[in-house]
Amino acid sequence: MSETARVSLTLNGEPRTVEIGAGRTLLDTLRWELDLTGTKECCAAGECGACTVYLDGEAVNSCLVLAAEADGREVTTIEGLGSGGRLSRLQEAFLETGAIQCGFCIPGMVVAADALLRETPRPTLDEVLQGLSGNLCRCGGYTRICAAVLRAAGAADVTG
Amino acid sequence: MHGFAFVAPTAQAEVTGLLEEHGSEARLLAGGTDLVVGLRTGAIRPRVVVDLKRVAELRPGLSDAGGRLAISATTPLSRVVRDGRVRQWFPALAEAAATVGSIQIRNRATLAGNICNASPAADTVPALLVYGAEVVIAGRAGERRLPLDRFLLGPRRTALGRDELVTSIELARPGAGTFAAFGRLTRRRGVDLATISVCCSVDAAGVTRFAFGAVAPTPFLVADESGVLADPDADPETKDRVLAELTGLARPISDVRGSREYRQAMLMVVSRRLLRSVVDGRGKG
Ligand SMILES: Cc1cc2nc3c(=O)[nH]c(=O)nc-3n(C[C@H](O)[C@H](O)[C@H](O)COP(=O)(O)OP(=O)(O)OC[C@H]3O[C@@H](n4cnc5c(N)ncnc54)[C@H](O)[C@@H]3O)c2cc1C
Repeated sequence: MSETARVSLTLNGEPRTVEIGAGRTLLDTLRWELDLTGTKECCAAGECGACTVYLDGEAVNSCLVLAAEADGREVTTIEGLGSGGRLSRLQEAFLETGAIQCGFCIPGMVVAADALLRETPRPTLDEVLQGLSGNLCRCGGYTRICAAVLRAAGAADVTG
Repeated sequence: MHGFAFVAPTAQAEVTGLLEEHGSEARLLAGGTDLVVGLRTGAIRPRVVVDLKRVAELRPGLSDAGGRLAISATTPLSRVVRDGRVRQWFPALAEAAATVGSIQIRNRATLAGNICNASPAADTVPALLVYGAEVVIAGRAGERRLPLDRFLLGPRRTALGRDELVTSIELARPGAGTFAAFGRLTRRRGVDLATISVCCSVDAAGVTRFAFGAVAPTPFLVADESGVLADPDADPETKDRVLAELTGLARPISDVRGSREYRQAMLMVVSRRLLRSVVDGRGKG
């Protein structure tokens, strides 16, 4: 048995293969081996959501996934959300609403919100709060973050 | 993280073989929401990590036969929460599973991992106890079953032998007229471990069961068979006396989430509240 693993995954639609230590997390591998630094490392314990990515279509904390577990799977990061170099509707809504302060939590917020909207296309504010309860914003910008998600879902502006 | 080998076997026999060979040097990986945290902090230093998610026999899923629901060991909690049979037959389990962490956590965390981690505060355990869950265990010698209360031995301690793993958790569908609810107290709304957790059920015969979490080395089950608690017209003081006797069996500790005294006092409050909602729900039928 070896302490390195060969991992082949589909990353934002492209096949990629890396050789990494079996102890490396998916988060480390994305940032350090695959040069996708949009996904952030913050608490590294599943509490803050800054490292949220899609794994086989489900939002997960990439700090709690070993890269070896992603072998043969599909991973989509914040870099994979727009299309043809254009931001997604949700990303646009974050900009339009002024939901971004320091910005560090935003990639994770956007992926978590994207997952929420896929499951619940027209969420209530309460559903947004629930859906984003795994994502912390140290700037405390929750009001506008929630407004951005509701705006992307076509709701009226609630920021006042 | 320190070095370890990662293996992802596709057959259950390979898993038990690896466990037999490596013993406590091997650790099983389900959703990893407890294990990877432990690997990261160095609290656990296995030589081999064995991923269960590619094992054919353990494929994620819930299946029912003969009035029993089996939840396989790799089924993530988000799937348990969504399952129609869980929601209809075991609503308090759906409620409890829905409180675990965040959606990102529930998309990975498994029910089997929650019980095998054997935390006194494991949120799904009180509901599983109230519903009389059975743990299906496989080892080199074959399969055995244990009621959950005999599976959990203490904080971080289970009845699993060196070469054993949990393959599924089984629940018998409760008889008609059983009502149950789950409640917990946390320091903040959102992602937090329980300061205390309570599951309460009342069956058609008027037996009231409570399971209390985070107030003893393992969550535990108690019952009132007198019918007093289930009786909507019983005198509140008599009810409180019975409740105080049951909650008095708790042995809470003081920690960052609350003092012993606070836990003991709140156990009574949360239990009273839950009992009322279960008895009311039963009244409405
Ligand atoms: C941010 C965060 C929030 C959390 N919030 C909660 C919460 O609110 N409530 C709560 O109860 N828990 C919570 N947890 C803890 C954790 O998510 C749960 O205990 C979860 O159910 C563990 O399941 P898992 O599949 O991730 O287990 P893993 O981490 O994969 O495994 C846990 C342990 O069980 C063993 N194991 C796993 N599967 C088996 C098996 N089939 N047979 C034998 N042994 C096995 C592993 O070897 C390991 O020792 C939280 C964790 C995090 C990181």
